[in-house]
Amino acid sequence: MVEMPQQFNLVINSSPRAIRADPDTPLLTILRDTLGLTGSKYGCGEGQCGACTVLLDGIARRSCITPVSAAAGKPVITIEGLEQSGRLHPVQQAFLDAEAFQCAYCTSGMIMSSVALLQQTPNPTPAEIEQSLQGNICRCGTHPRIIEAVQKAAEASRVHRS
Amino acid sequence: MNSPANKFAIEPVVAPERYEFNSPSLHQFALARRDFFKLLGAGIAVFAVTKDALATQETAPGPRIQPPQLPKEIASWLHIGDDGTVTAFTGKVEVGQNARTSLTQSVADELRVPFSTVRMVMGDTELTPFDMGTFGSRTTPTMVPQLRRVAEAARNLLVEVAAKQWNVAPAALKAAAAKISDPSSGKSATYAELARGKTLAQLLPDADPLTLPSEWTIAGQPLPKVEARDFVTGKHQYTTDLRPDNLLYGKILRPPSFGATLASCDVKAASALPNVVIVVDGNFVGAAAPSEHLAEKALAAIRPQWIESPQIISDREIFSYLKHNASTTDSDRRNEKQQKGSVSGGLASATHTLESVYTVAYIAHAPLEPRAAVAEWENGKMTVWTGTQRPFAVRAEVANALHIPENAVRVIVPDTGSAYGGKHTGDAAVEAARLAKSANHPIKLVWTREEEFTWAYFRPAGLIEVKSGLDSNSKLTAWDYHNFHSGTSGIETPYDVPNQLVQYHSVPLVLRCGSYRGLAATANHFARETHMDELAHAVNLDPLEFRLRNLSDKRLRAVLEAAAQRFGWPPKKSKERQGFGIAAGNEKGSYVATCAEVVADPKSNKLQVVRLVTAFECGAIVNPNGLRNQVIGANIQGLGGALFESIQFENGCIKNPHFANYRVPRFRDLPAIEAVLLDRKDIRSAGAGETPIMAVAPAVGNALFDATGVRRRAMPLASGA
Repeated sequence: MVEMPQQFNLVINSSPRAIRADPDTPLLTILRDTLGLTGSKYGCGEGQCGACTVLLDGIARRSCITPVSAAAGKPVITIEGLEQSGRLHPVQQAFLDAEAFQCAYCTSGMIMSSVALLQQTPNPTPAEIEQSLQGNICRCGTHPRIIEAVQKAAEASRVHRS
Repeated sequence: MNSPANKFAIEPVVAPERYEFNSPSLHQFALARRDFFKLLGAGIAVFAVTKDALATQETAPGPRIQPPQLPKEIASWLHIGDDGTVTAFTGKVEVGQNARTSLTQSVADELRVPFSTVRMVMGDTELTPFDMGTFGSRTTPTMVPQLRRVAEAARNLLVEVAAKQWNVAPAALKAAAAKISDPSSGKSATYAELARGKTLAQLLPDADPLTLPSEWTIAGQPLPKVEARDFVTGKHQYTTDLRPDNLLYGKILRPPSFGATLASCDVKAASALPNVVIVVDGNFVGAAAPSEHLAEKALAAIRPQWIESPQIISDREIFSYLKHNASTTDSDRRNEKQQKGSVSGGLASATHTLESVYTVAYIAHAPLEPRAAVAEWENGKMTVWTGTQRPFAVRAEVANALHIPENAVRVIVPDTGSAYGGKHTGDAAVEAARLAKSANHPIKLVWTREEEFTWAYFRPAGLIEVKSGLDSNSKLTAWDYHNFHSGTSGIETPYDVPNQLVQYHSVPLVLRCGSYRGLAATANHFARETHMDELAHAVNLDPLEFRLRNLSDKRLRAVLEAAAQRFGWPPKKSKERQGFGIAAGNEKGSYVATCAEVVADPKSNKLQVVRLVTAFECGAIVNPNGLRNQVIGANIQGLGGALFESIQFENGCIKNPHFANYRVPRFRDLPAIEAVLLDRKDIRSAGAGETPIMAVAPAVGNALFDATGVRRRAMPLASGA
């Protein structure tokens, strides 16, 4: 049970952050407790609810079960990193427009999973959206609006590209 | 209950299934004390006094007074600052049901100011008036009128100020867009100008608001959620996100099983860890450390000796336990019953009789933000931030547990990551406060998901027995209904039955139980509406036609007909194993009907809910956008309890305390789902957070029977079908 803190050079939302931690410390703990990025939420600590979802190397990951050592040197994007100079990311904007939340505790994770989906699949079918959000729990039952928001974000991105 | 005419106690008289209201605190500690104070800025303030309080109040309604310390009788208050900012105060809290938005709308509407200029201060025991709690769908029917009343009085005060300044009759003046104007002279003044330099206050009695729903301009509109942007950027700070300086993280040592007590514990090794504080107080053992991980390590280093007490009831024998352990004392207030006519006579005269038994499993709320608290002990004062539906009750709980006066405790509720009736107690608040008192540091304590599924309270399991009779016209002649343990909400039948006995039987608790969205109305509607479906099939009548034949309540008929129309009832089967079901009911002043389509395979045990249509009516709609979210959300949440949610337990342990084995609705469980909202501007608004959940399970169960011919009388429907 000897603690062996090590230095890790993280890249969070494009900023280099050097931290010292036990290699097994969950990335979520580093984000929230060390760096104060509390937008990523703790919902279960078991990778079952998706509230802690971040992008690691562009892939949606459950940061609560991702050891900090696995994130070293790779780009990490959190909900705080989506807004650019006061402009919401199209997925954030679509969630806002559709009011795809109630208590909104799942919202960060839903948005991050949706951003990852649209990067891989710019025009997802409803079934593909359901598939990729299956690991994200919304207890308030706002699922239909979330699907609608992801579809709207995909449309907005298409318009933006054309 | 003494008289047969007596109705079951409905909210706000507390329903018996709100067990957590009377349960003792999880923890109790040794002593201390301190005081507090408060401030009020200049401007115009109006306080609403509750009706009951007025009778015992010395001050007659109306007179201007200097603002007193807020007494308990004040239900809400509002302040217009000399810069024109409007701040309204209520002890209600925001837990995702969108009360912050609907209350803001109502204040803006009545005060005649833009929606965006009203700030709502909610759930802070030092700033907001006393409130019993945010439960029972009471915010809309009670707090909306109170806030409207103070807004109206404030508006009238401003009119009076302007009338005096301009030397005109108040009746000639108009209030609109945060201005008072005099149409004849063309003069106008903003609320800010009129409030400047004033310290006017008015105390007024509770009464109905003047602006009728048909004249609402801001209320009634589908306005977006207040501060919505902060939720899509991650900026909003829930309790779990607060990080005061010098914070330590708390963890509590939990017993190995329910009922276990601590015989002894060796904390030497744990206490020796650097920067760790260990607190042992009776059965309570907690650790505080600079990180959650270190706090966990400290707990792991403690050597506790537990004395376990045998817990013989498991999820396998719970229903026979409930049946055979009902309280038999008639004097027990909780064994409420309602009688009309003669059930035995009604059954004797029936041409068809039916007898069936229904069961409902324990389920968990599983709010995505777990129970959590941040506590700070400073100069003899305990401040606790926590996600609770009852901040004032939590204040009392913390004060009691720590033996300090209530005025030495302040509870603040940040807008919270959902609750569903599950956050009525202050467990995490008490735990964090106890650690903070010894640690000399602020403490953050967040329950793990496993703690949530184990140490929170559950919706009670229930067993319901129904006997009924029909005459040759398929009209109900008798209704004999017994609910064991699950509760009285929604227990009364809305159908016309001349002979009935409806009784609730209390049973000693097996698991810790309490309120859950809709309380027992879900269990009672599952039993009643399933039974109604069985009767309809027994006499070969369409289930909708059978219900309407026995129903004179116009509002309930209206939602049934609205749901049926949108759904296309009576539906025609277009494929194998397809089935359709309908169910309806009313509770807490609102009305719901749900139609369901399922595809079910009795061999593979697969059940897919394909479509839900829910019609809902709660009087005048305050915010159709928020209401739609609540109705559809309640339907989806209701699917969980209908299909697969069930707490499994044995030997005093929860066997499925994780999302991996306690299944909640996810995206692939979603049916096509529609909400039909009936807006009755002629009827006073009722709450809407709970009732839309009630008809889902029976509608789905009835559809399952239609698809398979197999009748399921247990919730959840999908387990072991």
